[in-house]
Amino acid sequence: MDPMSDTPLPRLSERDRPWLMRTYAGHSDAKRSNELYRRNLEKGQTGLSVAFDLPTQTGYDPDHELANGEVGKVGVSIAHVGDMRTLLDGIPLDQMNTSMTINATAAWLLALYVVVAEEQGVPQDRLQGTTQNDILKEYLSRGTYAFPPGPSMRLIADTIAYTVTQVPKWNPINICSYHLQEAGATPVQEIAFTMSNAIAVLDAVRERVPEELMEDVFGRISFFVNAGVRFVEEHAKLRAMAQLWDELGRERYGVQDDKKRRFRYGVQVNSLGLTEVQPENNVYRIALEALAVTLGRGTRARAVQLPAWNEALGLPRPWDQQWSLRLQQILAYETDLLEYPDIFEGSKVMDALVTELLSAAKEEMTHVAELGGAVDGVDYMKGALVESQRERFSRIEAGEQTVVGINRFTSSEPSPLTADGDAGILVVDSRVEAEQREAVSRWRSERDQAGVDAALKELARVARSDEENVMPATITAARAGATTGEWAQTLREVFGEYRAPTGVGEAAALPSEEVAELREEVERVSDALGRRLKFLVGKPGLDGHSNGAEQIAVRARDAGMDVVYEGIRLTPSQIATSAAQEGVHIIGLSILSGSHRELIPTVLKALRDAGIEDVPVVVGGIIPEADAAWLREAGVASVYTPKDWDLNRMMRDIIELVAARHGIAAPA
Amino acid sequence: MTPASDDGRALGDRLRSRDLSAAAPVLNMLESRSPEARAQTAALLHAVSPASVGGEAPGHVVGVTGPPGVGKSSLLSHLVEGWRGRGRSVAVLAVDPSSRRSGGALLGDRARIDVDPADRAVFVRSMAAGNRLGGLAPSTRAAASALAAAFDVVVIETVGVGQSETEVADVADTVAVVVQPGSGDVLQFLKAGIMEIPDVLVVTKADLGRVATRALSDLRSALRALGAQDTAVVAVSSVSPPAGIDDLIDALDAHRQSLDLPARRLRARRMHALADFSAEHGERGLRALGGRRAAEKWLAEQDPGLDVPALEEALGERTAQRG
Repeated sequence: MDPMSDTPLPRLSERDRPWLMRTYAGHSDAKRSNELYRRNLEKGQTGLSVAFDLPTQTGYDPDHELANGEVGKVGVSIAHVGDMRTLLDGIPLDQMNTSMTINATAAWLLALYVVVAEEQGVPQDRLQGTTQNDILKEYLSRGTYAFPPGPSMRLIADTIAYTVTQVPKWNPINICSYHLQEAGATPVQEIAFTMSNAIAVLDAVRERVPEELMEDVFGRISFFVNAGVRFVEEHAKLRAMAQLWDELGRERYGVQDDKKRRFRYGVQVNSLGLTEVQPENNVYRIALEALAVTLGRGTRARAVQLPAWNEALGLPRPWDQQWSLRLQQILAYETDLLEYPDIFEGSKVMDALVTELLSAAKEEMTHVAELGGAVDGVDYMKGALVESQRERFSRIEAGEQTVVGINRFTSSEPSPLTADGDAGILVVDSRVEAEQREAVSRWRSERDQAGVDAALKELARVARSDEENVMPATITAARAGATTGEWAQTLREVFGEYRAPTGVGEAAALPSEEVAELREEVERVSDALGRRLKFLVGKPGLDGHSNGAEQIAVRARDAGMDVVYEGIRLTPSQIATSAAQEGVHIIGLSILSGSHRELIPTVLKALRDAGIEDVPVVVGGIIPEADAAWLREAGVASVYTPKDWDLNRMMRDIIELVAARHGIAAPA
Repeated sequence: MTPASDDGRALGDRLRSRDLSAAAPVLNMLESRSPEARAQTAALLHAVSPASVGGEAPGHVVGVTGPPGVGKSSLLSHLVEGWRGRGRSVAVLAVDPSSRRSGGALLGDRARIDVDPADRAVFVRSMAAGNRLGGLAPSTRAAASALAAAFDVVVIETVGVGQSETEVADVADTVAVVVQPGSGDVLQFLKAGIMEIPDVLVVTKADLGRVATRALSDLRSALRALGAQDTAVVAVSSVSPPAGIDDLIDALDAHRQSLDLPARRLRARRMHALADFSAEHGERGLRALGGRRAAEKWLAEQDPGLDVPALEEALGERTAQRG
């Protein structure tokens, strides 16, 4: 305040320090990713954000059956402490702030990080960074879970309890609203489900740490949010979350220290809204979304990572990621953003928007609490998200929600950015998987096996004990040279496995004329077939991004088909067996991890082996055009990518494919 | 469709010779509504009738039912594993409760039953319950009796407490009702006589300790009060390591041993014929028979050797006579 008047000073006495700038990166193996990280740091990136491949995220070694086609695809493969050593080679860990997108196996990756730091001579109490470690949103959206809810919450509680005393600068969990928005959450759902999730985590930790530590625990909880293109409302959403968090700290957990009640968050802005058509427009979307999380000083992000403009086309190249990093740097260093106090302070419009969101979110939180909290409420929340996503799709289809290039302003000059076809994306060297398989088996043969056996045996004992913290035994196993798959398998044997709800059963039927027409056509074809048209929607491989598959399943049901949808992570032979036993007329496969070139042919072969020759197979995913042609040649009837946003058209294709395959004539 | 391989009698023969790979085409045929397929279905059912088999079909038809969320799928995963461990082949008919909105249905329950996809002696098929609230799918009865000719165990999984048990009891040799500790519904339903007394009661989540023990003793005393102390009550746990599965299999087997199988199957065939008849002719058809009870009574007097298609035909003729 200016001491002479009531108006606040318009400028800060000292320019703010910018947020941590990261790029979500990592692919292939540790060596190639390490090179990428070093280049990124040279370009002015101030923190690391490690992307792991799906086998690492779900706890399988590169040579496991389920890892087929996924090794090094969506991130780096880290199978043991040797890989982690290579990944962080030449990066001083006492000066780095590293975020790891890791959940089911978070305790394990944190242990590997601690051991490598130890080797660098950096004690764990100097480490800074974040493990994502949020399992509920894996059940709700992202799908890389490994264990059932109870034991998963215990692992989270153990990592929090351990880090609060041993690695005090670490953020042991990043409670994610990000993936809820990707799954279709409205701002109200995003706030309510995230905060309900936070309560579940805190309550679980409370049972495992002395009460006097809860203040520190609360202070170490951070969030990972999303920001969509409606950036004014998105900003209000963050203000609402900050306010709610502060209230929770004060009222539910009795946190006295103001600083420890601060809402700390990192962000990756929206990927759901990025389009494959006219992909250059995504640059503007990303910029506007970045404003949502940086404009107001009071709720500014602590760390920002931005997607690349071409994410909907395939894996971005280092250049594409650099383009997004430059956006952050322009925002922080060229503009005057960091010179002012909170520019929305006192805004009536902003305050009213926040109040509105808060009251709706609190109502929703009460409902989740009545269901027994976020863990027991997973089924409800999943169903609600599928429903919101369905509504979003139908608004876009009906033209009620504009997406430029998709349902308005669709004519376009040819883009020079994508003129050279598929050259615009990163293709992971197909030799990586074979190399990694070989490397992990060499690693196993060269280590002290007795030491590993003893460490895993101890891990199993601790896991069974229920009382003890798993972290020390996990760190010992990491040091001894156990692999990611061995660590997870040991716990799977104690904890059991789990399948999350699909959420599709509860979605309401869609009243629309177009769907009614589809239904008539389904009836006609079903009559000709003798029984109802039956459609298998399958998600092969480890990819857990099921939002697309769920929407297809629900729409097909609305169109009158019998739909067999069994959720994520199916092996090719499970899909083939289902197709054969269920007697389906058509099969749809969805893969978003980019492993379609490996997985689809394997599924096709499994189908042939199961004696299924005459059932058409369609494929959806982030599939570059060259791959699409290749898949059609391999026997796929049609290929859908994010540009095929019209679900009804896809349904018509499906009905026609079945009719054609059974020699049923087109309607008169 | 190739008529030769999908010929009803040929499929029936394959089932009789215990060719498990016939299961999928058999189900495709039973679910078909075309007149052609219905004639084939009749031929198929005749081919697996006691007259053709030379006695009742050997498989054990087990109904597994209970409210949502009690852990039926995990239980079934372990049960299938247990039966396979004893060398028995298993078919599971998972009747999905999702009602048909818009004519279509979402079926996904089979994924929750964790089986080895390479094991050809396990067959899982999901069926939409159709418009019949909580009940069986239109082809469930036919499917169960056909598959019992080939598989050692045929499970019909249904969801719900109340109406659906009665339907599943019409078709299964043994009905197991699954409950979880702490839910008083089943206890109340039993005491009030709303629910028929099951052959076996399964209490899940035995790992809950005291709560589970309490639930067991409550159920046992309720059964004693109802004079049904023969009903086995088994506690199981799906949390690893699973527990109680062998006891449950033994209890199911014991019930089957003690059962007058021909009588139960005979009743099942008669109820099956009546269900199909009323599905086709509706309330009007039933009225023409003098009502459901009169129809049941009349069926009970018919030749025990008649198979389902013959019984349906007889019901049709009776309507014509009475009309």
